[in-house]
Amino acid sequence: MNLTVFEGAFIQGLIYGLMVLGVFLTFRILDFPDLTVDGSITLGAAVAASLIITGIDPVVATLLAPLAGALAGLVTGVLHAKFAIPPLLAGILSMIGLYSINLRVLGRPNLPLLRQPTIYEYLAGAGFTLRSSEFILSAAVALILILLLYYFLNTETGQALRATGDNEIMMRSLGVNTGRMKIMGLALSNGMVALSGAMIAQYQGFADVSMGIGTIVAGLASVIVGEVLLGRSRIMVWLFAVLLGSILYRLIIALVLKLGFQPTDLKLFTAAIVTIALISPFFKDYLKKVKA
Amino acid sequence: MLELHEITKIFNKGSVNEKIALDNISLKVPPGDFITIIGGNGAGKSTLLNCVAGVFPVERGKISLNGEDVTALPDYRRAGDIARIFQDPMMGTAGSMTVEENMALALKRGQKRGLVRGINESRRQFFREKLLLLQLGLENRLGVPVMLLSGGQRQALTLLMTTLVQPRLVLLDEHTASLDPKTALKVLELTRELVEKNKITTLMVTHNMEQALRVGNRTIMMHEGKIILDIKGEQREKMTVAELIDMFRDVSGGQVQSDRMLLT
Repeated sequence: MNLTVFEGAFIQGLIYGLMVLGVFLTFRILDFPDLTVDGSITLGAAVAASLIITGIDPVVATLLAPLAGALAGLVTGVLHAKFAIPPLLAGILSMIGLYSINLRVLGRPNLPLLRQPTIYEYLAGAGFTLRSSEFILSAAVALILILLLYYFLNTETGQALRATGDNEIMMRSLGVNTGRMKIMGLALSNGMVALSGAMIAQYQGFADVSMGIGTIVAGLASVIVGEVLLGRSRIMVWLFAVLLGSILYRLIIALVLKLGFQPTDLKLFTAAIVTIALISPFFKDYLKKVKA
Repeated sequence: MLELHEITKIFNKGSVNEKIALDNISLKVPPGDFITIIGGNGAGKSTLLNCVAGVFPVERGKISLNGEDVTALPDYRRAGDIARIFQDPMMGTAGSMTVEENMALALKRGQKRGLVRGINESRRQFFREKLLLLQLGLENRLGVPVMLLSGGQRQALTLLMTTLVQPRLVLLDEHTASLDPKTALKVLELTRELVEKNKITTLMVTHNMEQALRVGNRTIMMHEGKIILDIKGEQREKMTVAELIDMFRDVSGGQVQSDRMLLT
């Protein structure tokens, strides 16, 4: 059996892990299911790819992508916090709007990065193979992001963010502008998602306007898979669980493809994973009742 | 200290369900006053606290705190001066966060929150010393998520949290009502200790007539959005629980609306 496929899936898991950490921040910490990510991952890819095409240094292009993503998150946050639009609808509005914006940024539905420089080539120049430099770079970025998130979530502001997702009424009575907290959290999250998109585009060699479809569900599936395996006892464990979930999710997808399923079947497969995870508590209760 | 000037609060204004929750209420609360508030269901007690806290904007009138007009300020901008404790013990703390994390959140009430760590060793020491006051053994459970504590423990912790940053005004909305009698008594004792010792101005809603007369230095009774009784000093000391209940019966049309106040 050819293992290269799984190597690739592993690296994808690390890069998509940045997106999953972003989804974790909104879905788990803020208790805000944010659909913006379907648009902001593509936005990150589109911004980075189009900047690289115009000759901008890939590192600069990759660092500018999260700013665009944060802006998208900011819009969703303002729609929700200032104008009381429900979370799902606010996310959908941003996501749909971003589809047009992404097409504008890309200039066409699919923008290939053939023979363009990418961030992964920097290390490759230093004597590593392209594959190992992809691995080193994506692992390093994921690790740094986890450490930064861990530090942030334990700062005064980070604690206030966590408490906003837990008990908003309490936080307002403690003097926190919870609307602003949510806006900040959404901006941060979508910044991470866009960074993931920028790195994915360079990894796969193109940015595509439809590459973001289903991202939120893949993100949720990854979060849930990780939590099942490592638990969520402490924040550090939880963050690593989420990254591990992302890697496993991509490996499972690779396996499913190996088994002969079509790539177009994957969305159904992902939706099934999330559905099973979400309904399993009901079956647990049911089984308890049956036994009793 | 706190001054309400002709406050009116209307819910569902302009609809068939329109309800005048507060009807032209004026109230002057000098510093250090500890007022107990009684009244039947829907009398406007909780609405009054929510308007003072800034959760509900008022239709008419003016609210000033320490001479400053706060009528237009949202709740989170009044929080530096006002601390609140709710009836539901789950409301005052963040269940998924630990005892020390909750205290760290409260330590910054009404202040800017920065990017320094919320908990350090000196803060942890401070929290431990404060928790000793509760005599609940929580000083040894700093790292335990609050959701694992009992309702009484959570409410006691909430109370302690409100005093980490000295508030000018404390709002208590039946904060002992959902606790078992023994715990309720303990939390009430703690309340008196913390509030009276520091001479913090306090408004306390209660359904318990005995409490209403024995705790604090002033009692007001509300009915249909109005303050219909305001007693303090000698008049209050002479008042018996039976008299207060009679009075309550008179205004509420011969019906005592809640068994709770007779049973206690």
